[in-house]
Amino acid sequence: MADKRLSLDELIGELRSGMTIGIGGWGSRRKPMAAVRAMLRSNLTDLTVVSYGGPDVGLLCAAGKVRKVIFAFVTLDSIPTDPHFRVARQTGAIEALEVDEGMFYLGLLAASQRVPFLPTRAGLGSDVLALNPSLRTITSPYDDGEELVAMPALALDAAVIHVNRADAGGSGQILGPDPFFDDLFLGAAERRYVTTERLVTTEQFASEGPIQTMCISRLLTDGVIQTPGGAHFTACVPDYSRDEAFQKAYVTAAGDADAWTAFREHYLEVDEAGYQAARMDPVGGQQEVAR
Amino acid sequence: MNESTDVSRAEFCVIACAEIFRGDGEVMASAFGTAPALGARLAKLTFTPDLVLTDGDAALMVGAPALGTPPSELTIESHMPYRKVFDVVWSGRRNLIMMASQIDRTGNQNISAIGDWAKPKAQLVGVRGAPGNTVNHPTSYWVPNHSTRSFVDQVDVVCGVGYARAVSAGPSATRFHQIRHVVSNLGVFDFETPEHVMRLRSVHPGVTVEEIVEATGFALVIPDDVPDTRLPTPEELALIRDVLDPRGLRDREVKS
Repeated sequence: MADKRLSLDELIGELRSGMTIGIGGWGSRRKPMAAVRAMLRSNLTDLTVVSYGGPDVGLLCAAGKVRKVIFAFVTLDSIPTDPHFRVARQTGAIEALEVDEGMFYLGLLAASQRVPFLPTRAGLGSDVLALNPSLRTITSPYDDGEELVAMPALALDAAVIHVNRADAGGSGQILGPDPFFDDLFLGAAERRYVTTERLVTTEQFASEGPIQTMCISRLLTDGVIQTPGGAHFTACVPDYSRDEAFQKAYVTAAGDADAWTAFREHYLEVDEAGYQAARMDPVGGQQEVAR
Repeated sequence: MNESTDVSRAEFCVIACAEIFRGDGEVMASAFGTAPALGARLAKLTFTPDLVLTDGDAALMVGAPALGTPPSELTIESHMPYRKVFDVVWSGRRNLIMMASQIDRTGNQNISAIGDWAKPKAQLVGVRGAPGNTVNHPTSYWVPNHSTRSFVDQVDVVCGVGYARAVSAGPSATRFHQIRHVVSNLGVFDFETPEHVMRLRSVHPGVTVEEIVEATGFALVIPDDVPDTRLPTPEELALIRDVLDPRGLRDREVKS
């Protein structure tokens, strides 16, 4: 079994400006935030970000890394919208392809299965089609003659997801209740990376959770990176829940130029170890809230 | 109508939301917002006992626990991660109440953006699953702040598909399309008119038809006799107050 362990810097070294990058998780849940933070520190630019969007999208937009976002929503769950994404859209700073969240799923599935599109009723009659002339419909070749949306494959140059446990060979284990679409992000991508709370031996998986939790096979991965706290401040149950106080501080800081500069300097213009230390010592000396 | 003075506006909204599930069998109820969540639970405890409720995360749960019940106290009957939700949506075994930042005369809903989509005045959450939901299973809307800003002649971005748009998209769009009701803090609306345009179905007691007309940005169909939204039964009121929402979250969403 090949050893696929990488560092965050090596992961960034695999990426190029202009790439289409898929980011796993959902909203403010199990996002590969350590990898996103590494992207923020990098020279990468002009990215197309494909995401069931959360703060990953907002942060990358705020850092000027993004040319285009492909999304069905961008939300922080407990806070309805991401402030940086709002600004990026409202100032016209980014291009957008907005699709129904089921269409998004089918786009990843089509790319994973190497077919050009998958048919669906979702999107018919809505502005998703009207606003995106690149999206087409197809007429069923059978007697029903139904006209359906042909959701195009969302082919990715690279994808990164975050899991609870992984081994050096790139098998991943998701211990929370929802694997979301993470395996499809990997399946849709040329280069596939898994960040993990903890690297374990393959034998340890069985003591961590039942077989259904071992849902990322090494067939789907090229690199694995251990990043403890790597989903913070999004939820990574059962290891930790969302850091609501931190998320609130993120949103508050985003609303004020000086506060955002302070936030950025304290949390983002440091390496990952620096981030993990800084979050224990919040900016402005605010009280760390127990969680 | 002496009894109605004791019933809060939010409680009428809960009853109106519960009625959306009347007659449903074993379908998955999804309900966004406090009044819809309470309505689905109330329907399950009374006239729609086979309704299937989600825990708001990745599971289907037993019974109809109070709002805010900690996950550790829920009894789970099935796994329902997001990917399986699409199996349910696309099979049609679902009845949904979504929220709407804007809703219009033919039932289009907007949660994507206000203004020009290309460079919006206000970016909202995004279309989410609204396009797919509305062409696959019954959908209703909850608007807790009825005004000419939320009830508009034409929404800025069509997320949830209304009747006219479904018809113009063709039979594949209309085949499973149904917008049941729109419930607001002022009244209940439906599309049971020849042209499927929005009709005032009932007014919540304490609200006048004139107030609703004033707060709506297009011409509603108003029947000659507009009934009041029905009163909760004593049993229903006790369930809402003592069992489902003892903390009174409903009255924070809609003031009396």
